[in-house]
Amino acid sequence: MTGLARNPQLDANGGLRHLLTLEGLPAAVITRILDTAVPFAAIGEREVKKVPLLRGKAVFNLFFENSTRTRTTFEIAAKRLSADVINLNIGASSTSKGETVLDTIDNLTAMDADIFVVRHSESGAPHLIAAHLNATGRSHVHVVNAGDGRHQHPTQGLLDLFTIRHYKKDFRDLSVAIVGDVLHSRVARSLVSGLATLGTPDIRVVAPRTLVPTRVEATGVRVFNEMHKGVAGCDVVVMLRLQNERMKGALLPSTGEYFKEYGLTPEKLALAKPDAIVMHPGPMNRGVEIDSAVADGERSVILPQVTFGIAVRMAVMSIIAGNPGPRE
Amino acid sequence: MTPGLPDAEGTLAALAERMRGGVAPDAAFVGIYSGGAWVADRLATMLGAGHRVGYLDVSFYRDDYERAGLKPNARRSALDFDVAGATIVLVDDVLYTGRSVRAAINELFDYGRPAAIELAVLIDRGGRELPVEATYVGARLSVARDLDIVLSRAADGTLALAAEPRVAR
Amino acid sequence: MRITIEGGRVVDPVAGREHAADVHVADGRIAAIGAKPAGFAAKRTLDARGLVVAPGLVDLAARLREPGFEHKATLESELEAACAGGVTSLACPPDTDPPLDEPGLVEMLTWRAHARHRVRVHPVGALTRKLEGAEITEMAELAQAGCVAFSQADRPIADTQVLMRAMQYAATFGYRVWLRPQDAWLGRGGVAHDAEVATRLGLAGVPVLAETVALATLIALARVTGVALHVCRLSSAEGVELVRAAKAAGVALTADVALHHVHLCDVDIGWFDPLARFEPPLRGTRDRDALRRGLADGTIDAIASDHAPVDDDAKQLPFAEAEPGATALELLLPLTLKWADEARVPLPRALATITSRAGDILGRANAGRIDVGVPADLCVFDPRAAWRVERAALRSQGRNTPFLGLEVQGRVRATLVDGEIVFEQ
Repeated sequence: MTGLARNPQLDANGGLRHLLTLEGLPAAVITRILDTAVPFAAIGEREVKKVPLLRGKAVFNLFFENSTRTRTTFEIAAKRLSADVINLNIGASSTSKGETVLDTIDNLTAMDADIFVVRHSESGAPHLIAAHLNATGRSHVHVVNAGDGRHQHPTQGLLDLFTIRHYKKDFRDLSVAIVGDVLHSRVARSLVSGLATLGTPDIRVVAPRTLVPTRVEATGVRVFNEMHKGVAGCDVVVMLRLQNERMKGALLPSTGEYFKEYGLTPEKLALAKPDAIVMHPGPMNRGVEIDSAVADGERSVILPQVTFGIAVRMAVMSIIAGNPGPRE
Repeated sequence: MTPGLPDAEGTLAALAERMRGGVAPDAAFVGIYSGGAWVADRLATMLGAGHRVGYLDVSFYRDDYERAGLKPNARRSALDFDVAGATIVLVDDVLYTGRSVRAAINELFDYGRPAAIELAVLIDRGGRELPVEATYVGARLSVARDLDIVLSRAADGTLALAAEPRVAR
Repeated sequence: MRITIEGGRVVDPVAGREHAADVHVADGRIAAIGAKPAGFAAKRTLDARGLVVAPGLVDLAARLREPGFEHKATLESELEAACAGGVTSLACPPDTDPPLDEPGLVEMLTWRAHARHRVRVHPVGALTRKLEGAEITEMAELAQAGCVAFSQADRPIADTQVLMRAMQYAATFGYRVWLRPQDAWLGRGGVAHDAEVATRLGLAGVPVLAETVALATLIALARVTGVALHVCRLSSAEGVELVRAAKAAGVALTADVALHHVHLCDVDIGWFDPLARFEPPLRGTRDRDALRRGLADGTIDAIASDHAPVDDDAKQLPFAEAEPGATALELLLPLTLKWADEARVPLPRALATITSRAGDILGRANAGRIDVGVPADLCVFDPRAAWRVERAALRSQGRNTPFLGLEVQGRVRATLVDGEIVFEQ
């Protein structure tokens, strides 16, 4: 009934035009991105850490919500592809001037942007932008979702998948536990979508009932309220960041109680498989969701995640920008 | 084997003979994925002089990206030696427009500044669009523009040549 | 002017019957149905062969956006839309700017509406000052100024003591109270039905509990205070069940559902379509089916268009930031017919939900009636004429509706108010 029933991220041939969500993204597309990220990961080890793929293209980092860390990884990725990078921290300033998101997009498109990397505090903002570009005959301009509200953070999800595949090779016999504030987590939503598409048989979310989204089971996960049951026998433990504003109030009583019940300590990690890896999207709250002994321990792959994140973002940008679409 | 095409193994042997004595003893062979990588492996074995072998995937340096996008199945380039100051023999299966070689030379320079680069190809089919010439050639052929010369490798490592209709990209 | 509407099928929603008859109008009233009265000479004859002659439609919620939101719509544009949609009486909620909490504002609105158009505009007064839920308004003054009922529009009264007193005071004078069951806290910040779709899309949820907890409170208070309660915009299966049980227990209450909720559910949000943003949110298919059953069995008395013209600037935003609501006056008839067709409800009963029963809730005895002697407010429509909902096809200044692109059946050919033809095509 509505105009947005089809996901605007795929073109008529099933090619990746924008990257907005991992939900519904075919396994072949996800695998292609992960495969392409492998050679990009090697570029970081070279004397010249750049390839000329996106020479002459303009990547606009459009951050309606500040995030220095994510913006930086996209900036490095774009620069390693030889693109020109323009950083715009829009924050609340443009909305207070009465300019809408789509006004901003129209203005920047007129400045010949090729890729918009969009971070927004509202779920669905990148979809709105992509649908607008598609509807106004500018589908050669691409949108990469760099995190929208509590909806998705697809490049984070892809780098998590890349990391898991790097260490565990195959998804088809894995148990993955995602622990923490699933309710507000775009990281969790992206990872669950990707894991399910790649055939992971056992995806668990572990959280107190206040932080579990309604009917989350419908996305293909099992819900555990107790940490020791949730991580038992897992191959991968993904810890989510607990945002400051959730640390007290009606969702949780205190960081202390949260750490006691859901923080990842060496004792709780011992319940997982002996070769289990520990992941975290960063930035970490040590002593809130994760113990330093685990974060810095030999099972932690948190720093490799960061490195892989650049390669995965290079892969995403080079695949979508290489899909030029019809030029009007 | 397609009629009219030379035998790959015989051509490879001829190429190895031409290189023997011409190639610097410390030169490294760098094969361009995928056919060039097979040829480089075989040449290193046939010459038996301990030449190091590396591999390049030029997907990130191709000049048709804007038109055709990123090729699927890009592979990781692997040069396990210092390119700076090295003498390098680039190895490819078929030399045609010269664009892959251009991309490979550009990529090599992102690893360091080589002392010299030579080029060895199994087949030179003419049709150059860039000023590129091979130092060592296995065989020269004239082939219709709508055909691709494709190298394949059997499980035992034996190489074979075939002509296939060009697939538009 | 004397008019004869000739050859149509007259639908009487009160009697629950339809029959072929001519309708004769004189001096603003229906002079006869059937045979022409002696000496009646029509100045104008409307050919209604193949058409339905029904009472003018009664809409329980149509935002005209005046005062305060003239950039979204004006009385002119929206009353034109009402006529084109066959709506001859409409109630406008008090969520204007300023809200309808003072007699002067109400008088101004009715005067301005009347000066421009014949369509009957019935303001619904604010139950509390500024709709803030703290102090009750001067209801007697407001009623005298023309308010047909008192409401909070979409702003619930959080303080249940205030709510009870407001009901007691309204009951003192026999005023009707129209309230949307909406807990002030449970759905706070929510923008979509709290279920699978909202979870997938990462949208903050409004649980069904936000409706049922508030509804249980409203029913308990109505029972004790004896106020005439009208429950607005039911959205959930559990809500329908509570209303059904309350009616069975003898509580004097009525209920309506918004037009969109009869047809749509949360899946229609698709990928964040802001056109599917409503308050209350579109709920699950099970809820929609229960609402339709509730309408069919009379648990729900009326369908309200819940017309809310929204400008593009307020709509083309990320889902949660987009203003809720859709233009609907011109869709009330075709979408009610669509429901009737799909649910196999006979035409007189289906039309009752947007004519006579809505008129009862409005407290206007003649509204939505087709009887000899009542004011000739009539809607003459072609039940089989198909048309496509498109921005350009709408007269309302609000062009945003999730039904854009849908082909519907039922086109108004003529609208009469007080015996005058106010719309014809």
